[in-house]
Parts: sequence; C-alpha cells; structure tokens
Amino acid sequence: MSDAPGALTRATVMTGRSLLLSRRNTDAVITSMMLPIMLMLIFVYFFGGAIDTGAAYDSYVMYVVPGVLFLCAGFGSATTAVAVSEDMKGGIIDRFRSLDVGGMPILAGHVVASTIRNLVSTALVFAVAVLIGFRPAATPAGWLAGATVLLAYIVALSWISAAIGLLARTPEAAGGFTFFMSFLPYPSSAFVPVDSMPGWLHGFADHQPVTPAIESLRGLLLDQPVGNTPWTALAWAAGILLVAVALSGALFTVRTR
Amino acid sequence: MSTAMNDVMIEAEGLTKSYGRPGARVRVLDGVGLRVARAGVHALLGPNGAGKTTTVRILATLTTADSGTALVAGHDVVTDRRRVRRAISLTGQFAALDETLTGEENLRMMARLSGLPRARARERAEELLVRFGLGDAARRQARTYSGGMRRRLDLAAGLVGSPEPGVFFLDEPTTGLDPRSRRELWQVVRDLAGRGAAVLLTTQYLDEADQLADRVTVLDQGGIVAEGTPDSLKSRVSGHRLDLVLSTREAYLRLAARAVHHSPETRTLGIPTDGTAAHARALLDEIDPHRTDVDRFSLHTATLDDVFLALTTAATEAPAHV
Repeated sequence: MSDAPGALTRATVMTGRSLLLSRRNTDAVITSMMLPIMLMLIFVYFFGGAIDTGAAYDSYVMYVVPGVLFLCAGFGSATTAVAVSEDMKGGIIDRFRSLDVGGMPILAGHVVASTIRNLVSTALVFAVAVLIGFRPAATPAGWLAGATVLLAYIVALSWISAAIGLLARTPEAAGGFTFFMSFLPYPSSAFVPVDSMPGWLHGFADHQPVTPAIESLRGLLLDQPVGNTPWTALAWAAGILLVAVALSGALFTVRTR
Repeated sequence: MSTAMNDVMIEAEGLTKSYGRPGARVRVLDGVGLRVARAGVHALLGPNGAGKTTTVRILATLTTADSGTALVAGHDVVTDRRRVRRAISLTGQFAALDETLTGEENLRMMARLSGLPRARARERAEELLVRFGLGDAARRQARTYSGGMRRRLDLAAGLVGSPEPGVFFLDEPTTGLDPRSRRELWQVVRDLAGRGAAVLLTTQYLDEADQLADRVTVLDQGGIVAEGTPDSLKSRVSGHRLDLVLSTREAYLRLAARAVHHSPETRTLGIPTDGTAAHARALLDEIDPHRTDVDRFSLHTATLDDVFLALTTAATEAPAHV
C-alpha cells in the first residue's frame, strides 16, 4: 500500500513523538528547567560571597554561569533516561519494531527531542543569568565555539542518558542513575576553583570530562585565553557519544531479543 | 489447487525455541507448526507458559526460532523479515500506545511510520477511529480511555499502515476486559476476518476460541496437544455428558469407572451420551434401576474446557477418550 519510510522520516516522526511526550509531561520538564535556575540563585546569592574565584572575575556570577549551563544540560538530559525506560517497559517497542523501526531511530528521536528541550532551558537559564548580572564579552567566534562545546555535551549526555534508560530495569531506577550524572559538575571547576579542593581530588577534578568543557565555555564567554581546552572538551564529547551510541545499540539488541 | 496454496497466509513448521544460558536452557517451543488461511481466525489456545506468545513473536519477526521454518504472507520470517513486517499487524499483550498522546496522535504516528504521507495518515487515522467506535474520543489522551477503548485503539494502531486484508497477530486481545468490551472486540475480530484477513489470536479463554476461531491449536508446555475445528475438538471428548450427582459414596465408586468426568467432592460423575432423551432415559434406568442412587442430573454439552482439561492433563487425570 505504501513504501517503507526513509530513515529521515522515521527519525523525524520519532522526534516529533518525543517532543509531544515532553510537552504532555510538563512537570518533569519544568523541574529540569527550574532546578538549575534555583541552584544558580543559591550559589550566587547564598554561597557566592564566601567563594574566592580570584582576581580574574568581577563577581561570582561571572564565574559560575558556565558551570550552571552544564548542570542544566545534566538535568535536562536525565529525563531522556526515564522516557527511554518507559518505552522499554511497555509494548510500544514491539509495535515500532513490527513497523520496521529499529533502535537507532527510536533513540535518536529521544536524543534530538532532549537536545531541543535543553536548548530551550539553556536559553532560559542564560536569560536569568543576564538578569542577575552576567555580562558575557565573547567574540563572535567565541560564541560559536562556546555554543558548539555546549551542544556537543548536550547531545553526548542525552545519548548516555538514553543508554542508561536501556540499562535500567524500571523508569524509577533510570531516574536514580541519572542523578549521578547530574552531580558530575560539582567535583570540577564549575562552582569553586579546583585549587580550593583537597589535594587528592585534584586529579579527578582536573581530568574529568566536564572540567575542560566548563573551562573552555567560561574562557570563551568572557574572552579569556582558553588554550586547547575546547578541543579537549570536544574530544571528550565525541568519545562519550561514540561509546553511548555503541552501548545503546548493543543494549537495545539485548533488551529486545 | 494453486489458489488454495496462495490462500495460506501463515505457514509454520517445526518451530523450536529455548531460552536461558547454556546448561540451564528451557525449551519453550518444541516443534510447533500451523497453517492459517485468508479470511480465517486461528486460535492458539493454552495456559500461561504454553508457548503462545513465543510463537506469535517468531511469526511477527520479533524473535527468531532455533529451528523450523515459517512463511507469513508468502515471505520467510527470517530471510525476508522486512516484507513480512510490511504485511502484518501485531497487537501484543501490553497496549502499545503512548498514554499521553491522543487516540488520533497515536494513529497518525503509526501511519507515518508505515510510510503514509502526512495528509493520507490523517485521513486513515480518522477513518479507523470512526470504524472502531472511537470518533468521539479521538482528541482525548489514551490514558483516559477504558480498557476496551484502549484495546480497540491498539488494534487500530496495528492496522493503520498495513495493507488490508492483511495478517493479524493478536496476543491475548481480551485479557482483562469486561464482558461487554470483550464482545465488542470479538466483533472487531470477526469484521477483520470478514474483510479477508488472516487472524492468529492467542487466548487462554476457551469460550473465546469457541466463539471466534474456525481452527484451534491447543498448546501445552511448548508442544501441540490438539489441532482442529472447535467442533471436532469437542467431539473428541464426546458430544454430551450426563452429569449425575450421586446420593452415596458407594454409588459413586461403583459407577466411577464408566465416567469421563469425576468430581469426588460433589459426588458428581459425567457419563457420555448422545444427548437424546431416549438415551438419557435408558442410561438413568440402567444406572439406577431402584431410583435411589441419583439425586440430580444435568445435561452438559462438551465445551472446549473439557477438551482442554482432558488434553493438557491427560497424563495425570482420568482419561477422557471415548
């Protein structure tokens, strides 16, 4: 009666579905947007005065905003794990598979929708940041590079989140797993300089994937020298993405066998 | 004869399947075969764990058999699974719907995934919503639907993109439905077959198989224990049964040997009969010449229940052969 739809149509339909599902699940979306804003306000107004970030920053808000943007990406991506896990729980995956829609379009739909959700919440956090005194000084190239790094992390984290959704046996467990991911920005330079942490933590804080991303975004937005941190950050994001795609492909096969 | 061959839409032979790790493998399917023709309803009847769902999943290309072959709509389910998928509709045990999408959105999505262009997908969704009695609920979220409405939407979703008449796999389509919704769903299944579809449905309800199917395969522990029309299966137990409630334990024990149905708790025995008044009268006179042993009697038409119990527990219970 009709030809099989192309890969693009499948992915588009699946993205539309995921977006529609998030629009109907406003509680989770609003929570994932409000949390980073609340945390930003808490850090800036409660703790900020006590944190010494050095002479390079006029105020704490200038230091903390890039970190909050990554925190936001973590929270925003986490809902993907729950959504994927919900899919695996019900019969809808069998229906999709009987329509010849495989794991990749289904997961890609969730990841693209997650990315779009994240861009909206990032814009929101950014707007609030400007309201409370964040004044970026980036060059056009800096904006572009910063946005690229952030986007790469959003996609990579979303895809890891999708893999976690396949790994977890229940949506509740999936939600729990992603909690750890959302905490990755804390032991980094996101909120306080790494130098102020105990010595044994430096190794981890300096070399974990979120640190180069935050360092480069902060440098790019404030027009400070960034060295090769953007490249390190992009390499991390690409690595995470590759592992997540391979892992989720394998997990999908195992879960649907 | 060649048309008859083309009319066979599902043809499976010698399907086996085991699950589990090496060393602890459990055989869930042990040589299952079946044939379902166009415009026919075939029921796979069996208790939980009999292998019904596994059979359906193999035929619907969702899993592969360890051995055996299966053709669906003329295509091999392993080597030509794409073509098979284009020809079939699957409605599984769990409603395959997005609860927070409306009925219409669910159907449009499935139609798009089946390759219908946007406008055609909208038309097709609307058409099916009306046909399945969901026109008024089209713009409500699926989670607000009753069990019966949800099942109908689920069926429609399975149907939305496939060519009609096609091949339908319905895995326990009425489990958990109230009697009225069941009847409505039965009508939907009859309509599908009436339009020329081949329907393979699994059920653990014998009356459902009796009502809907023109052929029944009884599965137990992964193997076929019987196959035939509902009537031929019923005739295997005997057409009718005279159930006698006996007044004493002695009478029960004396007559137990000629009975095909035993219920010691209620002191009831079932004796085969052809169901005519003459035979029943003669039987009562012969069994109870002094008219003191039989308290009450009832005439029982064999149901698939009798077949089922007789066939699946043949080894342990009283033999049911006539």
